[in-house]
Amino acid sequence: MYQPVIGLEVHVQLDTKSKCFCGCSIKFGQSPNSQTCPVCLGFPGSLPVLNEAALKLSLKAALALDCEVSKFIKFDRKNYFYPDLPKNFQISQYDLPLSHNGALFIDSESGRKKIRIRRVHLEEDAGKLVHPEKGKMSMVDFNRSGTPLLEIVSEPDIDSAEEAYDYLLRLKAILEYLEVSDCNMEEGSLRCDANVSLKSAGGALGDKVELKNMNSFKGVKQALEYEIKRQAELLDKKKKITQETRLWDAVKNVTVSMRSKEEAHDYRYFPEPDLVPFILDEDYIKKIRESLPELPQARAERFAREYNIPRYDAAVLTADKYLADYFEQCVQLYDKTKIVSNWIMTELLAHLNKRNIDIRYLELKPKSFVSILEMMDEGSISGKLAKEILPEALESKKEPRDIVKEKGLVQVTDTKEIETIVERVIKENPKAAGDYYQGKTSAFTFLVGQIMRVSRGKANPKVANKILKEQLERRGNA
Amino acid sequence: MELHRLTAHQLSDLIAQKKTSPKEIAQDLLKRIKKTEKKVKAFCFLDEKDVLRQCAELEKRTSHGALFGIPVVIKDNICVQGQDTTCSSRILKGFKPPYDATCVRRLKQEGAIIFAKGNMDEFAFGSSCETSCYGPTHNPWDLKRIPGGSSGGSAASVAADETILALGSDTGGSIRQPASLCGVVGFKPTYGRVSRYGLIAFASSLDQIGPLAKDVQDAAILLNVISGHDGQDSTCADVKVPDYTKALVNNVNGLRIGYPKEYFAKGLNTEVKDSVETALGLLRKLGAQVKEISLPHTGYAVADYYIIATAEASSNLARFDGVQYGHRASDFDNLLDMYAKTRGEGFGEEAKRRIILGTYALSSGYYDAYYLRALKARRLIKEDFDRAFKDCDCIVTPTSPTAAFKIGERIDNPLAMYLSDIYTISVNLAGLPAISVPCGFNEKGLPIGLQFIARAFEEEVLLRGAYTFEQNTDYHLKKPEL
Amino acid sequence: MDIEYVAKLARIELNKQEKKRLSTQLGDILAYIEKLKELNISSVEPMSHVLPLKNVFRRDEVRPSLPQEKVLANAPHAAGNNFSVPRIIE
Repeated sequence: MYQPVIGLEVHVQLDTKSKCFCGCSIKFGQSPNSQTCPVCLGFPGSLPVLNEAALKLSLKAALALDCEVSKFIKFDRKNYFYPDLPKNFQISQYDLPLSHNGALFIDSESGRKKIRIRRVHLEEDAGKLVHPEKGKMSMVDFNRSGTPLLEIVSEPDIDSAEEAYDYLLRLKAILEYLEVSDCNMEEGSLRCDANVSLKSAGGALGDKVELKNMNSFKGVKQALEYEIKRQAELLDKKKKITQETRLWDAVKNVTVSMRSKEEAHDYRYFPEPDLVPFILDEDYIKKIRESLPELPQARAERFAREYNIPRYDAAVLTADKYLADYFEQCVQLYDKTKIVSNWIMTELLAHLNKRNIDIRYLELKPKSFVSILEMMDEGSISGKLAKEILPEALESKKEPRDIVKEKGLVQVTDTKEIETIVERVIKENPKAAGDYYQGKTSAFTFLVGQIMRVSRGKANPKVANKILKEQLERRGNA
Repeated sequence: MELHRLTAHQLSDLIAQKKTSPKEIAQDLLKRIKKTEKKVKAFCFLDEKDVLRQCAELEKRTSHGALFGIPVVIKDNICVQGQDTTCSSRILKGFKPPYDATCVRRLKQEGAIIFAKGNMDEFAFGSSCETSCYGPTHNPWDLKRIPGGSSGGSAASVAADETILALGSDTGGSIRQPASLCGVVGFKPTYGRVSRYGLIAFASSLDQIGPLAKDVQDAAILLNVISGHDGQDSTCADVKVPDYTKALVNNVNGLRIGYPKEYFAKGLNTEVKDSVETALGLLRKLGAQVKEISLPHTGYAVADYYIIATAEASSNLARFDGVQYGHRASDFDNLLDMYAKTRGEGFGEEAKRRIILGTYALSSGYYDAYYLRALKARRLIKEDFDRAFKDCDCIVTPTSPTAAFKIGERIDNPLAMYLSDIYTISVNLAGLPAISVPCGFNEKGLPIGLQFIARAFEEEVLLRGAYTFEQNTDYHLKKPEL
Repeated sequence: MDIEYVAKLARIELNKQEKKRLSTQLGDILAYIEKLKELNISSVEPMSHVLPLKNVFRRDEVRPSLPQEKVLANAPHAAGNNFSVPRIIE
């Protein structure tokens, strides 16, 4: 048995309007090199000036991750040559990151666990390289160059792929709550590298492998699972694990060695002379601390308390800021909080996942969603119908009440109508009726089923039950 | 009228009196250049048509600026939009910046004519203007000699009356030393006084743009225009800019002047020493309190400088890789090879030497021994000045230990070349303002310069001292024969 | 100094002659620089900025970018709106 030792290095693009050191927009998906200027292109003579919002957002994240914020902040140059790096150095932070010694808590079935955060620092993003299928050239687009990037490095406190996944979900939730990043992994606004090694029973720690190129949370999990298995198999065979960087291949579901002739890194860090130090007074930090919103953990606790829902439900609902917002809007309109939470967690989430819809972009507004629950309460639709109406509302974008009306799906509560159906069913199923008199309860259930079939599900089951019982009894007595 | 012989303030008066025009001045200079430039070779780019176009534009202007119609030469490491800006290096050949440096934008606003690009040591690496990829500039006082560097083209063009004003940049003496060797005024402002935006960086923590001029008044006028806060340079201080021409008073009465004994020791040429001592005598006679002071860490400045400056340069010059602009090698196997060949072909010998030295000083295992140590020594050098300025208002020294040396004389001995900046380097390390003014000629008729150093942002003290000295001497009026 | 290593780090190709010449010259310069070791600097704070400037920010405002043709005007090689470089094998 081996114990995996995992550390994660997450890069998140900060949600500012302009870049870290110049006024270019950070909007995603624009024509190549259309959002560039002498500064983010690293043209000769250009100089960086720090975007205050980038520092503020970084500090927000650092404080929310329980970090110690440095009073003296400086930037350093990390020197290396790469075509996506316009100056051939990256403005980053080396020996004095803006914050360090933080923590993030993850909840799992085995309870709460603390993952220590080693450091959180601010740096600039590089441009993007594109390798066309044909030809001998690679293309460089500097639109992304200079986008503010937060690097969040955990201590190697994570001991399973599952835990790494939970860590990422929780980190994403926190950053979304803070509104510092949109954490969109597809657009590259959140990126994650992992370090993994195995500790054997004797306690000896194996060589570290760095995993890159995972572009989804599930990818991180799968890559780690694969890598842990791969390393364990090697160790079982008494083979050595090479310290290296491996890339996750999401198509083949394997990690592959990055077989580049990588020379030893010698980044020649030194203080960035073009930027002055940032010395933050207590007040500045205090103001940012006070501006922090309620974070997932606190919100979950409040949900459990205020809405009287199970802790687990509260944790699921608050894991996504926008889901939690949705829930809260619903319970403002409809006070049966447990029903709302059940419906969101089972029905709504299932449909969203199936259709790959982000709750943020859900067109079904809370008011419409709770109208389904209200119709059930009114007795105008059954639970079964309600479950059918929800996906239809999602697809057609129609109001649930309109769907029910249009389809004539309104439940039949009219006693006379149901009585006619019941009479018909009893007449058509003499055997079942006979069995009922013999004391077979299953016969009753069968007859109810038949009523629902004949009414095409529209008969209010409560009313149908009552009338069936009355009629059978009346006949039995006769 | 020989307009090219006049100063900016004289020409401004003539323009105001409608006795001349920007076009007349430009044409007179272009005529002068036809005669002298093939000897001096001060410029790497001069576009006559563009100069005349600028003159025509100026004629349409309704409001005149502080430098209306005054031609200014721009050192080739300062960006001028759409004009070749190459740091006199092969690696930047053909580079036309898409933007103006802040100081160039301000010059244009004030009606100056962006006249030509001044030749320089490649990337400002040098003290002789010999390492330019366009070939050396010659000293107008003796064409066999160097004009000093790295702003050699700027200094020589002012001395040769090929321009009225020039901008240079000073990282370790690159304005003051050529000014001294060419017999003109060179002003290195306080670090942070003038925006560096658009100055192609050599060593970011030392570089500063400044004026080269025919007299102190012209330097003050140019300094007025280029000084002041700029939101595009984080290191440009938000300190109020006084009207520097108001500091031009002919009076040093009570001014406390210190002369550091370390600057008058071994290595100082006797003729230079005599001139500077005579100058100190004159200042004393004019009412200044002159006394000896000590800057004990002077002897470490050159060593300190060559670590800090080359380390920063190695990083600043990493961007010249053939991807976005400038030279790209034509024959290579892969990306790595393209980098190595592009840079191997594009950089000259001195640039390579400094990049290698700087890369080494920052490399793994050597950072503490070199770079970190240098940052600490830098503090000691600055503290020397802080202490000295408790007892005096300005410091007077020779600008350069010798007058102009011969072309080729030191090119094979980098260390000897580096030591020619021995009196100017400390000022950059300490971030102080300093000015060099002519203070005599040696037996061969070569100019000698006198340096005034003041506290940070006390440019006015320098102007007062230098102006008084100039008003009581006539070295600045002498012209080389060309 | 391991000149091969440093030159590679600096991405500069040097021919044999250059290597030899630079080694000698840099050796002299480094020997001269050694004099800094005479200084007792153990308790001295390093100084990377000479002015006491701090907290220089810009506001988070979008400003116009350069037109693409200006961005690419100086490019030794461009393809469409991209800069192009020898293919990077990944």
